[in-house]
Amino acid sequence: MNTTVRIGSGQGFWGDDLEAPVRQVERGPIDYLMLDYLAEVTMSIMQKQRARDPSAGYARDFVPLMERIFPRCVEGGVRVVTNAGGVNPEGCAAALVEAGRRAGVSGRACVGLVTGDDLMDRLDELMDAGHELRHMETDAPLASVRDRVQSANAYIGAAPIVRALELGADVIVTGRSTDTALTYGPLMHEFGWSADDHDRIAAGVVAGHINECGAQCTGGNCMIDWWTIPDLADVGFPIIEAAPDGTFVVTKHEGTGGRVTVATVTEQIVYEMGDPATYITPDVIADFTTIQLEDDGPDRVRVEGIRGRAATGFLKVSIAYSAGWKATGTLTYAWPDAAAKARAADRVLRQRLDRLGLVFDEIRTELVGWDSTHGPLAGEPPVDLPEVQLRVGVRAGERAPVERFTREIAPLVLTGPPSVTGFAGGRPRAQEIMAYWPALIRKEAVEPHLVARVEPV
Amino acid sequence: MMRVPLVHLAHARSGDKGDTANVGLIAYDRAHYELLREQLTPERVKEHFGSMVSGGVERFELPNLGALNFLLHGALGGGGTMSLMNDAQGKVFSTALLRLEVDVPEEVAEAVRGRGRPPAGWSPEPGGSPAGGGDR
Repeated sequence: MNTTVRIGSGQGFWGDDLEAPVRQVERGPIDYLMLDYLAEVTMSIMQKQRARDPSAGYARDFVPLMERIFPRCVEGGVRVVTNAGGVNPEGCAAALVEAGRRAGVSGRACVGLVTGDDLMDRLDELMDAGHELRHMETDAPLASVRDRVQSANAYIGAAPIVRALELGADVIVTGRSTDTALTYGPLMHEFGWSADDHDRIAAGVVAGHINECGAQCTGGNCMIDWWTIPDLADVGFPIIEAAPDGTFVVTKHEGTGGRVTVATVTEQIVYEMGDPATYITPDVIADFTTIQLEDDGPDRVRVEGIRGRAATGFLKVSIAYSAGWKATGTLTYAWPDAAAKARAADRVLRQRLDRLGLVFDEIRTELVGWDSTHGPLAGEPPVDLPEVQLRVGVRAGERAPVERFTREIAPLVLTGPPSVTGFAGGRPRAQEIMAYWPALIRKEAVEPHLVARVEPV
Repeated sequence: MMRVPLVHLAHARSGDKGDTANVGLIAYDRAHYELLREQLTPERVKEHFGSMVSGGVERFELPNLGALNFLLHGALGGGGTMSLMNDAQGKVFSTALLRLEVDVPEEVAEAVRGRGRPPAGWSPEPGGSPAGGGDR
């Protein structure tokens, strides 16, 4: 059995630093490269792309990335685990095999593919069988929006990732794998942790939570002494150095920028946290109130003490449905009395929208540069504020009023209060809203459909 | 006792789950955790955010990390893709919480003065510049 396994994080979301995974494989030793591309809204974006092009629907950045690092991964024995597959893992894996051939690793690498998380084609069958897929916050049954559903994917656990690794996969592509399973799956495989080894799997979940947002635990977006954090231009992404007993160290490659301390790791641990004693994953419930952190030398933090308990009988389902249209327009107003001018312009705009008989579910006005982040806590803006950006957003069930709104911003430049600029970007764009519908489903409805298979490059 | 904004006593990070923002607040000095825990009741935090939070505020304690986690329900204008807010994912709600003022003994107020902000004159350019620096 291995004594230490190093799992490097290379992407924290779709759009993250493209050079980070390259740094992870070139600047020091790792055993696994974990690439997390998915967030709540990402699946619906990918679904839109797939609707336009059946070969799309996955994180396209991943393919050229692998073409670049595939030889290095094969030669260095670095296995890659990613949820880049999005709503089209088959298409992603096929493109990956092609990329591997172009990179010259034919006959030297295998691609693993995990499918079965996509419930879209089974949705009516599941609902007919009594799975109501009620919204986790509002308790409304999915039937109330069924005709507008665009995608439905179960957040799946580590079992198919472990299976693909057993089958010899070097690069594993999944769909809506939970972010943390991309880290704890390889640990379960390497250390032979059994499904009822709750404490160790929970430790793997915490490792995964620390890893899943990339540099957010190594000095990126870190508030503590942010002005002293060195060389963020070359920030080192996190590496989990795990031991078979479930303890691990968070670190980064030597010579990279950023910082790993108890404080930077703690900031990431509390990110997107709910009830810390009950962090639910498909494989275990982890108790974040048991985490013990300790400095372990420069840019090293030791993590131990983590307890877990048996998982629930459910998987979370990520559903996207069409929920109307929205648009946001902006204009910049200058001193003197910038905020007063912006507010006067907002009033003119609202009067015009009203006279046009346009009906919106919401109109929201913010002053960027004054209250768009702290709201009323910002107080009243000073008359000598040098400038402020007026930002008005609208949302409606129908497209037409939103489209008309997009034509009402620019006219304010010549027909509203003075000292206004910042309209060079043209009219705002009406966007269709793909809303997020979180639900639960019994595991038995999904798990028998999960498949891991392997294909040589 | 003196009133001190949280920005000098704690750092924080926030994120979203649907229409709920979370703020994880971490004491700079573990010795101040208890003081924060006593004063930062869910009611106090709810009052601080006022109209920014339409639902309730829940609080969870992480004494092992010297941290408190607040869930601010109904804070994100519907959340995710529905929201019209500039901060639709609640990324900087953390900083709004750091405006809240708590009562601390005078020696603590003295000890934490300036904490959490760059020194006056700080600049990202090597050597610094008088143009930088936080307003104390």
